[in-house]
Amino acid sequence: MGTCPKQTGAGLTSSTLLLLLVAITVTGFFLGRRRAVALAGAGGGIRSLHSLPGHYGLFAAIWAGIPAVLMIFLWQSLESSVVTDLVIRDLPAEIRSLPDARVGLFMNDVKNLVAGNIISDELTPEIRQAADHLERLTLLSGWARTILAAALAGLGLVLAWRLIRPELRARNRVESVVKGFLIACSTIAIFTTVGIVFSVLFESARFFKSVPITEFLFGLEWSPQIAIRADQVGSSGAFGAVPLFAGTMLIALIAMLVAAPIGLMTAVYLAEYAPRQFRSVAKPLLEILAGIPTVVYGFFAALVVAPEIRGLGESLGLSVASESALAAGLVMGIMIIPFVSSLSDDVINAVPQAMRDGALALGATKSETVKQVVFPAALPGIVGGLLLAVSRAIGETMIVVMAAGLAANLTANPLEAVTTVTVQIVTLLVGDQEFDSPKTLAAFALGLILFVFTLALNAIALRVVKKYREQYE
Amino acid sequence: MNKIGDPGAAGRPISADQAMARVNASLRKRYGAERRFRVYGIASVTVGLAFLALMMISIVGKGYSAFQQTYVDLDIYFDPEVIDPDGLRDQESLMRANYNTLIKDSLLFLFPEASGRRDRRALGALISNSAAFDLQDMVITDPLLIGQTRRVSVLASADADMLNKGKISRTVPESERRVSDQQIAWLETLRDRGRFEKRFNTSFFTHGDSRDPELSGIWGATKGSFYMLLITLALSFPVGIGAAIYLEEFAPKNPVTDFIEININNLAAVPSIVFGLLGLGVFLNFFSMPRSAPMVGGLVLTLMTLPTIIISARASLKSVPPSIREAALGMGASQMQSTFHHVLPLAMPGMLTGTIIGMARALGETAPLLMIGMVAFIVDIPQGLFDPSTALPVQIYLWADAPERAFVERTSAAIMVLLGFLVLMNLSAIILRKRYERRW
Repeated sequence: MGTCPKQTGAGLTSSTLLLLLVAITVTGFFLGRRRAVALAGAGGGIRSLHSLPGHYGLFAAIWAGIPAVLMIFLWQSLESSVVTDLVIRDLPAEIRSLPDARVGLFMNDVKNLVAGNIISDELTPEIRQAADHLERLTLLSGWARTILAAALAGLGLVLAWRLIRPELRARNRVESVVKGFLIACSTIAIFTTVGIVFSVLFESARFFKSVPITEFLFGLEWSPQIAIRADQVGSSGAFGAVPLFAGTMLIALIAMLVAAPIGLMTAVYLAEYAPRQFRSVAKPLLEILAGIPTVVYGFFAALVVAPEIRGLGESLGLSVASESALAAGLVMGIMIIPFVSSLSDDVINAVPQAMRDGALALGATKSETVKQVVFPAALPGIVGGLLLAVSRAIGETMIVVMAAGLAANLTANPLEAVTTVTVQIVTLLVGDQEFDSPKTLAAFALGLILFVFTLALNAIALRVVKKYREQYE
Repeated sequence: MNKIGDPGAAGRPISADQAMARVNASLRKRYGAERRFRVYGIASVTVGLAFLALMMISIVGKGYSAFQQTYVDLDIYFDPEVIDPDGLRDQESLMRANYNTLIKDSLLFLFPEASGRRDRRALGALISNSAAFDLQDMVITDPLLIGQTRRVSVLASADADMLNKGKISRTVPESERRVSDQQIAWLETLRDRGRFEKRFNTSFFTHGDSRDPELSGIWGATKGSFYMLLITLALSFPVGIGAAIYLEEFAPKNPVTDFIEININNLAAVPSIVFGLLGLGVFLNFFSMPRSAPMVGGLVLTLMTLPTIIISARASLKSVPPSIREAALGMGASQMQSTFHHVLPLAMPGMLTGTIIGMARALGETAPLLMIGMVAFIVDIPQGLFDPSTALPVQIYLWADAPERAFVERTSAAIMVLLGFLVLMNLSAIILRKRYERRW
């Protein structure tokens, strides 16, 4: 992985090679099947086979294809680093004795020369020589890969050919390979989590080396500029994330103030009151809201809602920032409505009909039944759903990137501009920065907080919902 | 209401008549509350629907005009003195010639009063920069044009286009708009002489991004999105279904599988931007894959959609009744055979529906792509999985940030195209579900 096919100029390209392997594998299938049938024909007919002929074919195909494909992936992932090491080892001693970073720069020049790009330094004979060396090695590696893959595939085929006998338990072998594949698929979820934790944790740890964690969590000032010159104005960056947390909470609060009542009442109305025809039209229409990409909401918030709110505020004599928290929160709330309503719909429908009937039989009106019987019974589920909605509001990115501000104001006034955790992650990481500056690392620390916080919210919410579900089942 | 039958306030029992009287007295209030509650419900549904309608109307209203583009008919004299003063007529000199002069000359012929340098520049700004290249192409394919006068329809600049579409308000003071009074007068003259023409905007669907709004298009971003979805589909469909089959049909109940399930449920709720951080940390920095490549975007989106696909695939496997499995096992099939030959085909429509919905989500996703460098300004159309590219939603984000007035309508038009794709995908999921869904 990591090298694009254009760069491996030697031997067959990756795609051709893979195509060739597919061809060998398919051939393997037919050869294996023929072999099994032929062997069976010689000794007692097809009934003497342990498995179906197709299983023998698959058995041969697996031997021909899988080792070779695994080898190619391994080769691909190691190739560039091994080749680079080999070139470095043969460099003249005076270059090898340079510090690592300088050697890295030198190798970059060499690689650029090979790729035909402009190099940063003047063209010394050393670079030229190393580039030739690199080119030779890449060529060699390409051919070696092709030949090795073809040889492995052929060898696998021969081995399978020799192994196939009527009494070979081909089905069991094939099935255990398939099962291995299935297990591997299901463990990807674990690897994803591990990948997230590691990528976020490592960089955060580096960040906390330069900025103490207490300052990050409790500092009241956020201005992540890092000076280019030491005497620059405002040269020391401040990494106190409290204004970001406050801004995130403010926008999430506004969103929930919109989404919770509207979503809940929508669910109640559609579940308890609406005629069936109305329900069958309104429900899918509302679900469209959930399917609209968030970038569209962001565009709408920035271009339509924010100016409207600003105009409205000005006509009332209020000063409203053009990137007010209110606009972003409002639109985010609308986005979350279908989320809240469909989750509440589920829990409201899970309340047994007998409880409603009981209340109605005692003379309660419909709304009294809902308020005093259905709501209390569904409360844990609704709370769980709302928690999930909060976690979504906190992690939402595009609406706030487009409609909320960049300046980290510590304020509770929804008419002012605030910034959020996700907005800062995006602004810190989009564009070209050096990767080691605290500025970029801060984004990972923010990501860590976001991940941990949403994870905790989700865990609590899922637990609440689950506990409640068990009550009525 | 639940005071009925209670002892009275003073502790004395009350008669049935008294109780009835109390109930009747409170009825008006209770019915009022009932009506109000109902109105709240209707109001909530209306708010949601009204917002949806408002959003759609404002996007279509802003965006529909982008599907047409203004062209100006100009009488171009292909002046040999300008194109090829040496009379060589070879490729190189035809390539090098200054075709802008031809356009300016033609405009000056129409408006001889524009004499100063500033006036000339203002006049030239009415026509798109690409017009010169169009003329160049014409001359190169047919050198006999040189010396003739032809009526050529050239692309107007974005400002002229905006004015023609009525999107620049003339009431705004001159200093605050991009088009001067003089330019407006010229454009009105052109329009009155019937030189303006609105045509279907094909370049919007065939071009990549551009700094000039009138030249920018969504083809590059669409292709980038297509490549990404291709990778996402090719990886997440087999892997998601494999995982679902294992967890639903084979996995023993033990702490490891419990852990996997918890992981999947949690990943489904992790904010998408965190997946972007994963892509940046693991794919770009650790595996040093190229920035802005659809390959990396596809991998990130795969990891993001996998939980959704696994969860829906498991649900559809669960809905296949156990009798099917038992029948297959009873006939002597192995567990693997019963799964792949009998359970999987029956569960497939549900799995496909879930996958399409996951793909639709992946198509609309923006935040993780920002993290892996897909926000770059890329003019070229990507030709492969490793070429730098953007994606449709990212293009929308980029244009939404652009200051030019003309990009607003293009942003809205791009949103309409994106929503069109999403509607198509969701419709096919619904049709699939309607047609093949079985209830046992």
